[in-house]
Amino acid sequence: MPWFVRENKGIVTPTEFKRETPDGLWYQCPECKTVILTKAHRDNSYTCPSCNHHEQIGSAEYFDLLFDQNLFEELFMNLQSGDPLEFVDTKKYPDRLKASMAKTGMKDAVRVAAGNIEEKEVVIACMDFKFIGGSMGSVVGEKISRGIAEARKRGVPFIMISKSGGARMMEAGFSLMQMAKTSAQLALLSEAKLPYISILTDPTTGGVTASFAMLGDFNIAEPKALIGFAGPRVVRETIGKDLPEGFQSAEFVLEHGFLDTIVDRKELKQTVADLLRMVA
Amino acid sequence: MLDFEKPIIELDLKLADMKQFAVENNVDVTEAVKSLEEKISKLKKTTYQNLTRWQRVQLSRHPDRPYTLDYIQTICDKFVELHGDRGFGDDKAMVGGFGEIGDQSIMFIGQQKGRNTKQRQHRNFGMANPEGYRKALRLMKLAEKFNKPIVTLIDTPGAFPGIEAEERGQGEAIARNLKEMFMLKVPIICIVIGEGASGGALGIAIGDKVFMLENTWYSVISPESCSSILWRSWDYKEQAAEALKLTAKDMQKFGLVDDIIKEPLGGAHTDPLGTAKKIKKTIIDTLDELNKIQPEERILQRIEKFSSMGIVVEN
Repeated sequence: MPWFVRENKGIVTPTEFKRETPDGLWYQCPECKTVILTKAHRDNSYTCPSCNHHEQIGSAEYFDLLFDQNLFEELFMNLQSGDPLEFVDTKKYPDRLKASMAKTGMKDAVRVAAGNIEEKEVVIACMDFKFIGGSMGSVVGEKISRGIAEARKRGVPFIMISKSGGARMMEAGFSLMQMAKTSAQLALLSEAKLPYISILTDPTTGGVTASFAMLGDFNIAEPKALIGFAGPRVVRETIGKDLPEGFQSAEFVLEHGFLDTIVDRKELKQTVADLLRMVA
Repeated sequence: MLDFEKPIIELDLKLADMKQFAVENNVDVTEAVKSLEEKISKLKKTTYQNLTRWQRVQLSRHPDRPYTLDYIQTICDKFVELHGDRGFGDDKAMVGGFGEIGDQSIMFIGQQKGRNTKQRQHRNFGMANPEGYRKALRLMKLAEKFNKPIVTLIDTPGAFPGIEAEERGQGEAIARNLKEMFMLKVPIICIVIGEGASGGALGIAIGDKVFMLENTWYSVISPESCSSILWRSWDYKEQAAEALKLTAKDMQKFGLVDDIIKEPLGGAHTDPLGTAKKIKKTIIDTLDELNKIQPEERILQRIEKFSSMGIVVEN
């Protein structure tokens, strides 16, 4: 018999209290537990100076990392999800949306912006995982599609930064068709011979992998990012065995031929700029 | 047998018994037969006109339901199956080949399920691997080269979620099909004949016209998996089916598919030949319509159609 008694049963930690990019003065690496100043961590492109762990970051951080002087013009900011199916599971979908908007201060899981990378104009779309797991509903699909169309209109490259659990179930059939819609726009971008760089970050799975994330002229991943079609839990349940070490890591996907390269976040901007210059 | 089919099948058996009894004993049961037949027809109507969404999912998976090759062989005067992706292997869960209806050749492609345990394993339950999607694309390009239209028949519980599938790039294979299908210069007709599960279905479902048979479903996830993720239990599949609004009627209402092909009362398996005839007529009529459009215009309309899918609020 234990010497202590657990008074409350079934303690559940709400998502908002789970691990997030810390906002205090100090940052502790979740992998190697090294503690550094938050500012030093930021200056190191949100990677750990000791073990090189790439912290999950959002669109604000990626825009800052990629756009010259963090200057950009945000596009299609007024788009917001509807509730076409009047979807209810344990919660109503509009309530989930409201909660997520309040928590993140964002309208949905992707932001699109135009700006310069080393003085060359580009359009970047970047997903935010903290908005309902970066899931793709109508707004995500529409904003990415419009972003691609905008790049075509301006005759500039398109860059997609994926970070998503996949489709948004609460938009069911509509969510599925976003895969088709974004791919259609990419087909047109291809026809226009404009470069498309797909950057796959941790995690990129499901319908996002099975559409725009895998369709880059250049598919670039961050180290150790989880990249796959079926989530690891589903694969494990299907085969009924434990998964091999490193399964669906960026390194695994590179080894099997579906990535062009894995790039350390500290060199991401340089690599993107180099490639864009070389195909210009 | 599905639970809601049971009372009907029981009455059908009773009717057969009655008729046999009449013949054997030479008695007149015309009145009784007539009244029983009326009863059956009424029961069928009330059952099948008020199916829940989950019951339609059950019908879409009915063990006697016709599968892709059943339809192809009935619809075509001649069919030559073509195998392999020319890269890795031949995926038995994805079939395809040139078929002939009169003097029109058509490239048919579709997921194939098996009917008994052995066949089901052979066909991997209709769950294609990456080489299946690459085989499908190879055949579509072949059709384009010879300027022949493409018909895809969709019936899958999903793309296979296995280790090898991930190693060989399941995501990339589906993504490539989506992109390439938009640019194909020949007409494409897609018909959901059973289950239309997620990216595994969409990977061969980019078409100028997309149809669903009446008792099929098409969505981003199966009701079971949706229940497991959102309710954290497998027991809410009925609710999940309702919430997902995944039936042919729902999908047409939302403008996510173009039209519905009616099934006989009781489902496609109660009259496979009749259902095949309807599919054949749909294919012929739709091709007539699509052939009137120039290829470039057809491609633009295809892109425009899918681009308009989605509900967003602008404020």
